[in-house]
Amino acid sequence: MDFSFGENQQMLADSMARYLADRFTWKDRDNSTGGCSGYSVPVWKGLADLGVIGSWFGEDVGGYGGSPFDIAATFERLGHALVTGPSLATLLAGKILEAAGETVTLGRVIAGETILTFAHERSTDAGGRSVPVTWATKNGNAWTINGAKGVVGYLASANLVLVTAETDQGLSTFLVRADAPGVSIRAYPLIDGGAAGELMMANVDACLVGTAGHADAILRTALAFGLTGVAWEAVGIMDALCASTLDYLRTRRQFGMPIGKFQAIQHRMATVALEVEQARSAAINAAAHFLAVPAQRDRYASAAKYTIGTVGALVAEEAIQMHGGIGMTWELPLSHYAKRLVMLNHVLGDDDYHLARHIALGRAA
Amino acid sequence: MNLDYSTEEEAFRADVRDFLREKLPASLSEKVRSGRPLDKQDMEQWHAILNAQGWLASHWPVEWGGTGWTVMQRFTFETETAMAHAPRIVHFGLSMLAPVLIRYGSEAQKKQYLPRILDGSDWWCQGFSEPGAGSDLASLKTSAVRDGDVYVVNGQKTWTTLAQYANKIFCLVRTASEGKKQDGISFLLIDMESPGIKVRPIKLLEGDHEVNEVFFTDVRVPVENLVGEEHKGWTYAKYLLTYERTNIAGVGLSMAAFEQLKAVAETLSCDGGLLADDAAFATRMARIEIDLENMKTTNLRVLAATGAGHAPTAQSSMLKIRGTEIRQGLSALMRRAAGRYAQPFILEATAESGDIEPVGPGWAAVAAAQYFNNRKLSIFGGSNEVQREIIAKSILEL
Repeated sequence: MDFSFGENQQMLADSMARYLADRFTWKDRDNSTGGCSGYSVPVWKGLADLGVIGSWFGEDVGGYGGSPFDIAATFERLGHALVTGPSLATLLAGKILEAAGETVTLGRVIAGETILTFAHERSTDAGGRSVPVTWATKNGNAWTINGAKGVVGYLASANLVLVTAETDQGLSTFLVRADAPGVSIRAYPLIDGGAAGELMMANVDACLVGTAGHADAILRTALAFGLTGVAWEAVGIMDALCASTLDYLRTRRQFGMPIGKFQAIQHRMATVALEVEQARSAAINAAAHFLAVPAQRDRYASAAKYTIGTVGALVAEEAIQMHGGIGMTWELPLSHYAKRLVMLNHVLGDDDYHLARHIALGRAA
Repeated sequence: MNLDYSTEEEAFRADVRDFLREKLPASLSEKVRSGRPLDKQDMEQWHAILNAQGWLASHWPVEWGGTGWTVMQRFTFETETAMAHAPRIVHFGLSMLAPVLIRYGSEAQKKQYLPRILDGSDWWCQGFSEPGAGSDLASLKTSAVRDGDVYVVNGQKTWTTLAQYANKIFCLVRTASEGKKQDGISFLLIDMESPGIKVRPIKLLEGDHEVNEVFFTDVRVPVENLVGEEHKGWTYAKYLLTYERTNIAGVGLSMAAFEQLKAVAETLSCDGGLLADDAAFATRMARIEIDLENMKTTNLRVLAATGAGHAPTAQSSMLKIRGTEIRQGLSALMRRAAGRYAQPFILEATAESGDIEPVGPGWAAVAAAQYFNNRKLSIFGGSNEVQREIIAKSILEL
């Protein structure tokens, strides 16, 4: 067995790490986050130029990889440097374009020229009720969409939105131009520094992606890629949180010695370290079982998402607690890593959801 | 055993409820309920309403304007006000400084400061922690050197809550550096308008400005502002930190938070049903409800055991640990309930001037911010690690 990344994957991860260390300082992150854009446009383009976006897609559609471990190696780096931006949305929507052979559009996305996002889940209204399902109807050869999608990543910056919608034939996928007539957007920042928006569509022209009514399996595969990406992003964040917490335990002195000398703290940090290794194994499992039958693949994807949800909360809370007051401050990068890690449990279903899904997939098998 | 409240206790509860119904402004309770931050005027308004009723200093002796309530009455009052979403009382002057002055202060200090705490003329903040003295508070370095009839104070305090509103600060300062570090500490009252004081805000991870750093450069403080004896400040600080711990578990706050959580779970759609029907979420809610019911009884047992006196340190530590864990658990569940809508961070929606509509369920706008802000509960007021040390040493005698 070999648990290291392939040579090309490691090379790309290393060049990402160097590029981000050089071009994405904490100040750069601070300056580019918090607004309705929520990410650094030049860094996104820089990553595209390095081949990061292309590494998520196969050579037949103009990418340079597209395997789960290509996604793993790059998303881990994104997490480690706490890069905001439409990476997850690009992966999810891009995988659907890839499956449909939409090479031209995908090529522009890979080059960082087109910003693509993914609108799947429904909006929720102020009373906590889901708004009606998004529908697409066909008039002649043209499709028209009506509906609303909630918390769509980086919507204000997107040129194209991959929208899922019900049709007479069943669930289908469409591309919608963000500036198309009938599209309205309510954009906002996210607590982890990124951005998203509510997407409202009233009689909007849309281009069908793939075959109408055949989106379920393709969507499910895209979600498995997304879950793998998120799990590896979480692993990168956890490693960064552990490193800075360990550093603090070694240097912060109270009662005449480093606080890391106190056994109570040592045991807690040991638990955190153990759990992070379990999370890494879960992320490896998700990537490694990708070619299994869908039920098996998705069980590992859900196992990974469940694990990073539970472990993520532990790591984030313990990192803050062991830092004490300073861990609560905006000034320290640590608190921003903790926020992103906790918020990953609010993306693509939380740990409870994926535990239930894991059980259901196991019983169905 | 008999867990019933006495007739007198029930009558008192009814009085408190009547008062809250009549006197608690809806503008304040709505703000608290929705988790929006209170500004200085809000806090002062509630302070004044309680003072007019004579219920502000619930734990002071009657002769200084206190209520003379029993610990059970105080617990009832605190629980009922929290359940009614009343603002919390800013406790630095009322519950921290005042008991020290009443026990150790000079007559002149009591006469000067206690009435000004009641009528809101003075807003006190607490200068204890320093960058190098957190859990190890006794290693504090801010120095006060005697120069004729003043102390000259130099150093830095941190995590000073609401120092931006305060006109006074009570400080632990080092007046001797030889011998045991606890023995060289004094308790000093300082005017925030003194030359040489600088306040710098600390922004917290969820964006709030709640705490500050306070810098002292050659600040001259009249010697009559020393509380009690020189070098005895540690004793007073310990007294302050163990006094008035009847509410340390925040049972009322947790009860109010649980009611809100329940209401949310019963209205939020989830997989075609309601969140309350989701087995995993219902299990999480039940666990915390049980823990809270247990905590309530633990708290009442501690109160019953201590009678009219104040709760002993070690039991307070138990209440503090589990009480804060429950509050953190409840805010984690609210965040969880918000699902994807925990992520939007629309500052205007959490701010006073909030005319921008939040997205998603209305209550979700502040759920994540409150969860992150509540991480402080297990850190401040003696971290939960320090509290466990106290239990191990004082109760378990390990």
